[in-house]
Amino acid sequence: MILVNLILILLVGGVIAWISERQHPNLPRWIALLVILFDLGYLCAVADLSWSQIAVVPNPSDATTWLFHYKAEWIPRFGISFELAMDGLSLLMVVLTLVLGAISVSSSWTDIKQRTGFFEANLLWTLAGVIGVFLALDLFLFFLFWEVMLVPMYLMIAIWGHEGRSYASMKFFIFTQVSGLMMLFAILALVVLNQHSTGVYSFSYFDLLGHNVGGDIAYWLMLGFFIAFFVKLPGFPVHTWLPDAHTQAPTAGSVILAGILLKTGAYGLIRFVVPLFPNEAMAFSPIALALGAVGVIYGAILAFGQDDFKRMVAYSSVSHMGFVLLGVFAWNTLALQGAVMQMIAHGLSTAALFMIAGSLQERLHTRDMSKMGGLWQNMPRMGAVAMFFMLASVGLPGLGNFVAEFMVLIGLFKVAPWVAVVSALVLIVGAIYLLIMMQRAFQGKPNEGLRLSDYGGREMLTMAVMIVGLVWLGLYPQPVLDTAQPVLDSLTRLVVEVSEAASTTDIAGAFP
Amino acid sequence: MLKLLPLIPLFPLVSSIILMVTLGKLPKRMVAILGAGSVGMAALITLLVGLAFMETGQPHHQVLWTWMRVGEFSPDIAFYLDGLTLVMMSVITGVGFLIHLFSTEFMEDDNSFSRYFAYLNMFVFAMLILVMADNLLLLYLGWEGVGACSYLLVGFWYQNPDNGAAARKAFVVTRIGDTAMAVGLFLLFTELGTLDIQPLAEAAKSQWEVGDTLPVVACLLLLGGAVGKSAQLPLHTWLPDAMAGPTPVSALIHAATMVTAGVYLIARTHELFLLAPPAMLAVALVGLITSLMAAFTALNQHDIKRILAYSTISQIGYMFLALGVGAWAAGIFHLVTHAFFKALLFLAAGAVIHCLHHEHNIFKMGGLRTRLPVVFWSFLIGSAALAALPLTSGFFSKDMILLQAYELPGVGPWLWVGGLLGALLTAMYSFRLVFVVFFGETKMEPDKQPGVRMAVPLSLLCVLALVGGFFALPLVPLASAFPVASEHHPSHLIEGISIAVPLIGLAIAYFIFLGGQWKVDGLVNSASGQMLRKFWFSGWAMDWLYDKFWVQPYKSLTHLLRRECMDDIYNTIVKFCQLLYRVFSYTQAGRLRWYATSMVFGMIVVIALLQGVI
Repeated sequence: MILVNLILILLVGGVIAWISERQHPNLPRWIALLVILFDLGYLCAVADLSWSQIAVVPNPSDATTWLFHYKAEWIPRFGISFELAMDGLSLLMVVLTLVLGAISVSSSWTDIKQRTGFFEANLLWTLAGVIGVFLALDLFLFFLFWEVMLVPMYLMIAIWGHEGRSYASMKFFIFTQVSGLMMLFAILALVVLNQHSTGVYSFSYFDLLGHNVGGDIAYWLMLGFFIAFFVKLPGFPVHTWLPDAHTQAPTAGSVILAGILLKTGAYGLIRFVVPLFPNEAMAFSPIALALGAVGVIYGAILAFGQDDFKRMVAYSSVSHMGFVLLGVFAWNTLALQGAVMQMIAHGLSTAALFMIAGSLQERLHTRDMSKMGGLWQNMPRMGAVAMFFMLASVGLPGLGNFVAEFMVLIGLFKVAPWVAVVSALVLIVGAIYLLIMMQRAFQGKPNEGLRLSDYGGREMLTMAVMIVGLVWLGLYPQPVLDTAQPVLDSLTRLVVEVSEAASTTDIAGAFP
Repeated sequence: MLKLLPLIPLFPLVSSIILMVTLGKLPKRMVAILGAGSVGMAALITLLVGLAFMETGQPHHQVLWTWMRVGEFSPDIAFYLDGLTLVMMSVITGVGFLIHLFSTEFMEDDNSFSRYFAYLNMFVFAMLILVMADNLLLLYLGWEGVGACSYLLVGFWYQNPDNGAAARKAFVVTRIGDTAMAVGLFLLFTELGTLDIQPLAEAAKSQWEVGDTLPVVACLLLLGGAVGKSAQLPLHTWLPDAMAGPTPVSALIHAATMVTAGVYLIARTHELFLLAPPAMLAVALVGLITSLMAAFTALNQHDIKRILAYSTISQIGYMFLALGVGAWAAGIFHLVTHAFFKALLFLAAGAVIHCLHHEHNIFKMGGLRTRLPVVFWSFLIGSAALAALPLTSGFFSKDMILLQAYELPGVGPWLWVGGLLGALLTAMYSFRLVFVVFFGETKMEPDKQPGVRMAVPLSLLCVLALVGGFFALPLVPLASAFPVASEHHPSHLIEGISIAVPLIGLAIAYFIFLGGQWKVDGLVNSASGQMLRKFWFSGWAMDWLYDKFWVQPYKSLTHLLRRECMDDIYNTIVKFCQLLYRVFSYTQAGRLRWYATSMVFGMIVVIALLQGVI
């Protein structure tokens, strides 16, 4: 029930926040913040996890070895059940979701002035949907959460977004919807094929795992899943919804979008694509790695060309999330750990950059960097904070992003050295656009006449949380690594077992 | 005592964090005490640790915690202390403290006094981590950390966009080298399974033979990192521009410590380089060519700091030459003496600039000998050591390098000749600087005199620059870290030539720039002379070349792509859908005749189908 409660608290909290607006327009903000913190506290207190529990290597296809498992019948005729489960990987993702959720409430504290109740409700419902995605292990339920989380997000962009919001929200919705459709086809086909071989319908992850469909059809099914997650990641060349959605979304929307929603795509790749279709995924990996490397570099190049602060950060997401794709398809523990670390570190650093963009827009009423300059003089605190997160995004060692990218690259180098070398070029092109961002916004000649309020206590506190988080991830990432390690171990082992069984496909030959 | 080791980087780190968190709210006096005091404490503890280390001479290894551990990839936050580390730490904390002290007066009037010391302390911390790291990943942390601090300090006066550009150039150009180094680390880890420096060397020696391809590739990648950080060809272009930062920063980062990190890296991994003779030769050639090119350029500059910057590039070239010929101890020895005299020169130059209304052009100065006596003597001693006049510290180290280069079988004598030419040029440009700035007629009156917090560091560095060479100190512990070079002395003639060449250079500089016996105007003003001067002045047109072949193409590329051409594909799909919509809506326009006709046609087609006509 713990897992169900995690989602229920957010859903109900959203309703309360919506209603409370009638009492006082400020009330929904407090309620949203408290609900998220309560949820986080609930997870920590009730879950009562110890390291020895986490260290147990779960058997991916045996639900009882997971940290938590909940299953209730739903539509037994088709083998659909309400099945949630949590292991180390989903634990990390849920914690990240809740932390960034609290941060996004804080980031929109003064930004959203109209219909705060409905806004906070949408925010909480998005979080509920995302947590559902991270926990659902019945494919039907997973698909349901996958689609449901889009609706409140769509509303956040469409109602509280900026000037081009209707185009952006529509584009966001269509891209994710179409790719979701492919996944639905793949899920249905998988279940039907499984029924042919076993005789029963089941949407349960645990039943479907390890039953290799085989043949060409499996490759197409893998692609169906892959495309859905790949669009969400976002991968080159289906990333184009992201710059528009990010740019037009309100600050809290951007934080959630970049910090959490993109991670559902990455999570799906790790949880579903490779474990369900190990051979096919490995056969596909040269293409995926190439797409990842292109995305990493392409995102960085396009980020350099932008004038819009938020658009630039959005392209930097395309670049950074490419590392997740690389890490997943390199498929060794080192690279996978790097991918997981990147999900968390990128969540924090990008959320902070979007918050800075949002604060700038709130104060200057523009996102155009060509109209900024010398803002350090006016707002030294914001300048210093921006400098920190800029350096974190550049991949300065000692901060989380470095640990992530270095582990991905060193793991990738083992299987595909040249892809690693090309991707490493982002150390250079990435530095170029981030340094120029700092120059255009915060350095250069200050506008003396400008009176701007610097960061206050609430903003500094929010930023401090993320700064401490990144330094911690950068200098002592071991707790995170230890949490993810058993899961990743079991998943890599699964692939090895399956590929050994299917000796007809030569995995090693799939790599360049 | 040795257990105190982690305290050494901790002091500047804590001070830096305090200064960052307080955001300039502390009074200046407090900032100065924190900033300079923390580095002073670090220097003191270094002394204690050094004494304790000398007693045994055994390398000391101290693990603080496991940084990250995934399978066999398990770098620690751990320190390794041996002779080489100790020498580097002494230079960083010792010279660093003097420069911090100097800064408290130099930066007194600056509004961002606290921010300055926050960055400078952070730099000292990162630099200490770089030299103390026991594994290459932690070394890389220090390596990138000093790069970031260098970026922050070069662009310290951010209001001027030119400074920002210089800072970005410094960061990006060194990042190119860093990327090569990172790939080197990937390769080393993949092949040898560890990044800890000592086990790495052992593994390399057992797995690789001298002359294998892999060690050559790995060493060349490491060399890539080294040439970036140490401003050697072809990545040297950032250093002259980096002079945009405050002058004490140039003294600490861009002369004494950070730019010599490349030398340290190669010396630290010398056991790998010994397995890769072609990489060693590359190191030597890069060093020699860089030192000559930079010396020619230095001869043609008129900005006092740029002259010193090119001189730094040239001197680091000597250190690379030393490393390349296997004279490890000589290279590190030169690193130390260079830290003394180049820090002295930069601080003295800073004093000149400070006292002379921020003037940088040496031809607007003159006759300062009597006006700023302390600075004059500092400059004279520094230049003498730089030119390697006999008995100064620079003489011993440079002599050692040249002699060991000469002894290298094969190309040795050629390297020696090149090195001598460099020595001649060094003497010429350094005394050109002294003669033009401090002799002749006074063109500008200084408006203040350096105070005691400037004079003390200058005098102490004077002493070090003069007699630093007599200290056997750096060489005793060093011997434990490096293979001992064979003891045998070349002929007196070779040694005599080495001594004479700098004196000849001094004489030439005297005849041209002070005595006026030699008139070179005709030569200089001729068409070809002008062209050559311009070419050298621009630093062999390297900046132009890079701008033409890298910067501009990259800018055009981003400009071309910025409008997201991928969207064109999706827009085409949208257009197609809209087209279909228009076509189909046209058929439902509500006109009866249309409907009747299409129904008839439809029926005909259906009937035809049923009859099997089609």
